[in-house]
Amino acid sequence: MMLTFVTSAVTVVDVYGNDFTAPGDEPTAPSASPAGARPEEPASFVALLESEGRVEPRDEMPEGYRKTLVRQIAQHAHSEIIGMQPEGNWISRAPSLRRKAILMAKVQDEAGHGLYLYAAAETLGVDRADLLDQLHSGRQKYSSIFNYPTLTWADVGAIGWLVDGAAIVNQVPLCRCSYGPYARAMVRVCKEESFHQRQGFEILHTLSHGSDAQKAMAQDAVDRYWWPSLMMFGPPDDDSPNSAQSMAWGIKRFSNDDLRQRFIDMTVPQAEALGLTLPDTAIAWNEERGHYDHTPVDFTELFEVIRGNGPCNEQRLSHRVKAHEDGAWVREAAAAYADKQAARQSHEGAA
Amino acid sequence: MNTPRTTYFLALADDALISSQRLGWWISRAPQIEEDVAMANIGLDQLGQARALLSLAGAADGRSEDDLAFLRDERDFRNVCLVEREQTDFGVAMARLLVFSTWQHELYAALAHSSDAMLAAISAKAVKETAYHVDHAAHWVRRLGDGTDESHTRVQAAVEAEWPWRDELFDTDFLDPDLVADGTAVDPATLRDPVEQRLGTVLHEATLTVPQARPAYSKGRLGRHTEAMGFLLAEMQHLHRSHPGVTW
Amino acid sequence: MSREPLWEVFIRSRRGLSHVHAGSLHAADAEMALRNARDVYTRRQEGVSIWVVPASAILASSPEEKDAFFDPAADKVYRHPTFYEIPEGVEHL
Repeated sequence: MMLTFVTSAVTVVDVYGNDFTAPGDEPTAPSASPAGARPEEPASFVALLESEGRVEPRDEMPEGYRKTLVRQIAQHAHSEIIGMQPEGNWISRAPSLRRKAILMAKVQDEAGHGLYLYAAAETLGVDRADLLDQLHSGRQKYSSIFNYPTLTWADVGAIGWLVDGAAIVNQVPLCRCSYGPYARAMVRVCKEESFHQRQGFEILHTLSHGSDAQKAMAQDAVDRYWWPSLMMFGPPDDDSPNSAQSMAWGIKRFSNDDLRQRFIDMTVPQAEALGLTLPDTAIAWNEERGHYDHTPVDFTELFEVIRGNGPCNEQRLSHRVKAHEDGAWVREAAAAYADKQAARQSHEGAA
Repeated sequence: MNTPRTTYFLALADDALISSQRLGWWISRAPQIEEDVAMANIGLDQLGQARALLSLAGAADGRSEDDLAFLRDERDFRNVCLVEREQTDFGVAMARLLVFSTWQHELYAALAHSSDAMLAAISAKAVKETAYHVDHAAHWVRRLGDGTDESHTRVQAAVEAEWPWRDELFDTDFLDPDLVADGTAVDPATLRDPVEQRLGTVLHEATLTVPQARPAYSKGRLGRHTEAMGFLLAEMQHLHRSHPGVTW
Repeated sequence: MSREPLWEVFIRSRRGLSHVHAGSLHAADAEMALRNARDVYTRRQEGVSIWVVPASAILASSPEEKDAFFDPAADKVYRHPTFYEIPEGVEHL
């Protein structure tokens, strides 16, 4: 199947089901129309959204809705696949056999999640092979968080606790997304994801209650992963051109800032339980707001990473491309064998 | 000093552990994403077997699975050299998995009746797992062998490369005959015929030729490994050894 | 176009239940599709039986046919037991 559209999303990043651009880059949502306006939407579609019903693959839907979903789901899937690398980096070196088994199962889950999501995207009339081509050629992006390196074992813990934690906060509302196949895939992903966050917390808890060197390792990982994790929610919604339209379409349920706040409120007490410090001295409970205050996130770094200038952008993509290219002969063999078998069977049938 | 019994358990454990370590490399590098998931599954099964067998080996003198995996030196590992060599080509990975898992499947099927109740229980579980591994490897070897010209050539070369290393699987030298006599262990030599027959069948179906290869110099069972083993262990053990005595 | 066709996966989660659609995947042929389905969709003991079906073999009703297909059933309330009145005290009906 051919992709029937050309994505202009060169600089879009989609962070585990979030959708935003670096400032000054092209708008990415197909709707340049004012937020909330719904030009030319089929009546059946509008009625479904109004009744909180689910849109299913063969239903009528606006082209913009379909494109937005394809882009978001594909980039979500790409994030899962690229996300295998930073943790996969430690499978061979995991410090105990128990941790090795957990980590293998976790990285394996990420491949599985990528597959669930590609399958959801394909219900919208695109082909996985084309989506992968777009990832490999840099036309579609993946979450910037995976462009950071895992330098120590504690980073595996920090990714589980903070990165997967942030992802879960982003993803749980997607279980109620208006597009049925995406919502169903997310239900499955979220169910499996909860073990990921717990194992990360457990790694850090063990380290922070271990030797001085282990404790320092844990603190260093949290120091490095805290701000990038907060950036996963995207810039404030005012600066996020796609947010309003996605909310109107029931693809997005909460604002970036609301989700970020929810994550911070969850995480601060957990950090206390770990005995680790979050690298933001402004974090303090605000009785009046009923939330933790914090230093506003400086997104300069995020936009640099989105533009391709993160520590590992090139490495992650070339690893992925190499795996794909090195495997081409295997996929061709499988296809050739299938053709031969089909020919043999039809020959037998004819005989 | 290990007893003959411990040495036997370690040999089987190390086979599974080192094979799993090599398979883990593939997760994020497989030819298709479905295969990333499949290879991780197989690696996890093998790691599970290794952990159970290491615990069994260590039970006699109080060493934990991690003590045995991370604190033994190269010369104390007893795995066959087959599994420790580099494998960054999918054809090699599947050819090796076919050989190794077919042998493991025959072995565990026999050990499910071991007079050692623990070993029998571990084997009874592993025999189901390895049946799937054989199936997976055989499916791929057939597809690669009877796929394209390129894949045929590549997987034939992979089979040629792996074949000489399979003989060690049937070596009896390292094994105390008393363990066979008392029904704990299986004489590896008795596995040769059924394994070779099954491998021959798959290669035939895959339109591949069974190599007429001389056995490689392969003495991993005696603790004399290939040069690849030191690097594998350095990578696997360095973090654990950098922080002696801590909990992870 | 991918040379690995799309397969729909149906899983029986335990004996006594029907196979239910679980998702889809790619594989060059049916045997590999079945194995991939086992690895991808039953990692957590989700199944005791798997069907894989080429996605291209499924004919689906279309939303445009929805009214003609499904609305005529709406007024056949007499097909449901609650439609009938039973005198008080009558049991096992």
